[in-house]
Amino acid sequence: MILLNLYNCLNTYLVLGAFLFATGVYGLVSRRTIIGMLIASELVLAGASMNFMAFNRFIAPDPSVGQIFTLFIMAIAAAEAAIAVSIMISVYRNYKSIDTEDIVDLHG
Amino acid sequence: MQTTICQTVANPSLFSAESFVGLIFLVTVGLIVSGAIMAIVSKRLVRCITGLAVSFTGVAGVYYFLLSPFLAMMQMLIYVGAVSILIAFGIMMATPEGEDDASTKGNGIVGPLGIAVASLMFAALTILGVNTQWKAFPRPETAIGDMQQMGFMLLTSHSMVFELVSIVLLIAIIGALVLARRGRN
Repeated sequence: MILLNLYNCLNTYLVLGAFLFATGVYGLVSRRTIIGMLIASELVLAGASMNFMAFNRFIAPDPSVGQIFTLFIMAIAAAEAAIAVSIMISVYRNYKSIDTEDIVDLHG
Repeated sequence: MQTTICQTVANPSLFSAESFVGLIFLVTVGLIVSGAIMAIVSKRLVRCITGLAVSFTGVAGVYYFLLSPFLAMMQMLIYVGAVSILIAFGIMMATPEGEDDASTKGNGIVGPLGIAVASLMFAALTILGVNTQWKAFPRPETAIGDMQQMGFMLLTSHSMVFELVSIVLLIAIIGALVLARRGRN
């Protein structure tokens, strides 16, 4: 039963992190609204954090460093989400839309 | 704490405790995958944010399997509890009436091209990760990575970054307030 022993392997977590990263990149490319792109970017950050935690558990000589780095990623992600939502509200107030194809004043 | 890259139990019985733990791990992986797909392909923004919260819950479970219950708790508090709720409020306040769909861009080529790019990245990262011969560093017996050691390192060797992150958070709070207030009458 190799399937029930997956949680002891480094490769499982690497594949999981790559999956989160790839779904996030697809969402960033394909979404039409700012909120959809923000949600996709959170997925990218989750994939990066998962890679840090996996290497921290299996490889790193000191198992505290990866956890501390993941904490910093969480703090930066929270700040980024707050700024992005307030920018979104500001854009919505000016344009009455959050569609990225409507915000073209700097289009040239 | 084990430092081997991939340890295998000799021949676990299907009804042992290890098999049950493996089953729970498969459930958390299922939460991550289904939530991420729901967050990406769903047409309505509310369902996207629900999928994101489900996916983050699964990530918290995986952190628990990576021997870090503190990070699992922080994941639930910060991501599921704060960031998802913040984005949900953003959806409520800044979505035009009757236009709650988050469909893909109008240009027909973007969708297939995005799928191609994403699957190419997934394949490349997977092949790179699986085919590399990872070698575990020797780990001293005292380094167990619990909360006490993390707190000690946060206030000694990583104190500069710790303070800088707090300043970044302060500036983010003030900036969010200023940005969201501007233009109100």
